[in-house]
Amino acid sequence: MNEAKSTIMERLRQALASEDAGEGRRRAVDARLARHEPVLVPARARVEGEARIALFTEMAEAVQTEVQRLDSFAEIATATARYLRRHNLPQKLVAAPDPLLDAAGWEKQPLLRVRRGNANPEDAVGMTLAFAGIAETGTLMLVSAPERPVMLAFLPETCIVVLPLSRLDGCYEESWARLRQQASQPPRAVNFVTGPSRTADIANTLTLGAHGPRRLFVLLVPDPEAQGPEPEGDA
Amino acid sequence: MSGATPVGFRDRAREALADPTLREALLSIRRGWPHARARAIARLPEFDALRDHGRAIKDHVLAHLDLYLERFERAVTASGGSVHWARDAAEARRLVLEICKRAGARTVTKSKSMIAEEIDLNAWLEAHGIVPVETDLGEYIIQLAGQRPSHLVGPAVHMTREEITELFARHHGTPPSERAEELVAEARRVLRQRYLEADVGITGANFLIAESGSVITVTNEGNAELTHGLPRTQIVVASIEKIVPTMEEAFTLLRLLARSATGQEFSTYTTVVTGPRRAEDLDGPEAFHVVLLDNGRSGMIGGTLRSMLRCIRCGACLNHCPVYLAVGGHAYGSVYVGPMGAVLSPVLYGIETARALPEASSFCGRCEEVCPVRIPLPALLRYWREEAWRRQLAPPAARWGMRLWRHLALRPGLYRIASGVVARVLGLLAGRRGALRRLPLAGGWTGSRDLPAPEGATFTSLYRKGVR
Ligand code: SF4
Repeated sequence: MNEAKSTIMERLRQALASEDAGEGRRRAVDARLARHEPVLVPARARVEGEARIALFTEMAEAVQTEVQRLDSFAEIATATARYLRRHNLPQKLVAAPDPLLDAAGWEKQPLLRVRRGNANPEDAVGMTLAFAGIAETGTLMLVSAPERPVMLAFLPETCIVVLPLSRLDGCYEESWARLRQQASQPPRAVNFVTGPSRTADIANTLTLGAHGPRRLFVLLVPDPEAQGPEPEGDA
Repeated sequence: MSGATPVGFRDRAREALADPTLREALLSIRRGWPHARARAIARLPEFDALRDHGRAIKDHVLAHLDLYLERFERAVTASGGSVHWARDAAEARRLVLEICKRAGARTVTKSKSMIAEEIDLNAWLEAHGIVPVETDLGEYIIQLAGQRPSHLVGPAVHMTREEITELFARHHGTPPSERAEELVAEARRVLRQRYLEADVGITGANFLIAESGSVITVTNEGNAELTHGLPRTQIVVASIEKIVPTMEEAFTLLRLLARSATGQEFSTYTTVVTGPRRAEDLDGPEAFHVVLLDNGRSGMIGGTLRSMLRCIRCGACLNHCPVYLAVGGHAYGSVYVGPMGAVLSPVLYGIETARALPEASSFCGRCEEVCPVRIPLPALLRYWREEAWRRQLAPPAARWGMRLWRHLALRPGLYRIASGVVARVLGLLAGRRGALRRLPLAGGWTGSRDLPAPEGATFTSLYRKGVR
């Protein structure tokens, strides 16, 4: 097999050697790989605070994502129960085992049946937590981990994503930089999700729910740490 | 898979021109994607600057491709995956089959991959007792129909809803579904089962990230995620020029890709996968393989064709090409169609076999105008024409255009069907300044019949006027 590699490499080197046979090429590559500045971020993405939230919401809604803003993290369960009722869905879901979601206020919704774990093919509704939201295009960034399995956002027909407002960035590069700070290597899967699944493969007719979710519901929430008696806690 | 080669282009083009169903489908491309693209670009003032960056990123990578490939391999290995190298299609097929056999695979799910098409992977797997199941809805449809993709982004754009209804009813043994939603729901049901049964998931790659050994897939359906997330083994088949240095560069190219392809701000799912599942993960494959394919690309690096390797497979050049929009994808008889296909096919099939494709160009320049990485497609087509000429291969392109024109002109019924865009294309194929009487064989014929050339104006001007 390495014969194939050396043939390909040899062909490439021969073709490219004339450009700069020395260490210059290698140095150029090292420099490029070490540099992590964004190439060009559109002006649209450079918004802060409420304007950023507004842009995220507008872009997400333009691609059929439903967005709701909550006053506290503990309202998640209630907002979820209402959403399921509105769409005539059973009061049942599977939610990521991420400990942050423990504070979703489940106790306020005794009729809502919640399993924590990964989605099965039978699960109709899945809930997970976003690593980031990206205002530029109304995109969610989901980062895989044992407590945030990927399939929660792909197998069920309805996907609910909790997005803490402190994680809302302007552009993709900001979110990726945060991920780089946390881990030297990306996790197995990072999913950028912009709206529910769709296809236009049948006679150019836009249809939602091709393989992934038919519905995507985003809950914009304050951080759970910011709740309780000391609203300005060190989140 | 159709066994067609570019050799039969002229005959297939003639048939295509007389096919009213295909006309309708191609018209819907013309009315859809180019306008959606234009609207998306109007919303992003930085689009042209991004194109310059996109071109520069790709040029930098191509000039250092050997080094980036090494870094990519190292990073994949560090993440627990393995990289396999294939000089040509046969080697790539063998590698994929070996991995499938080692995994004890009986069925594999596939998410849209042009490289898998290029190496004709499905037929090979089937011949070795492994059932490949396409999961991209368009790919699934053409797999059932036994066809090739007719478009980079919409493999089944040439098919009507009625044809798909009939196809599904026949293959699924279910009562015919009429509406698009019902058809999508039906495919979803059938394919869900397939995902769960599959032993191996095969995907392509839109980009390979050298710094981390990551693979980026872009879909709207979510089928790539189910393909790499559910089976125990994942195989990525990708060509060597898909490399970009870091995620920052990938984001720049991603900002160009969806807007150029479908006019979306961002595709629904852009997923970055790196290696197999981690120890505590609840999902993801246990084995992660990347098969890197050369298949003639290393030979393009040193010459005129290098810039073609910048291509990010957005399909914009197809959507704006008067020839593609007149004859559709299948006429090309190649995996790659439209202007980009007319440049790439001679590399893959040899100029002897594919010479008709670079000839079938009007040189209107729309493809280069819309290409997000500014590939000089008309110049590359001209390169192939000259190459064919040098090797004494090419009959004058104009002759073909004229024959086609005469064929239609002598059949009034056909001509009426094929009027509109087709007539203009024929005019263009007949030569830019257009009059048929200037063509080699046309002299005596047009002298007595005095047929006007189909159109004198360029496609661009007609297109802008919105002439039907
Ligand atoms: S050649 Fe340019 S326009 Fe055509 S598919 Fe490739 S990137 Fe897109």
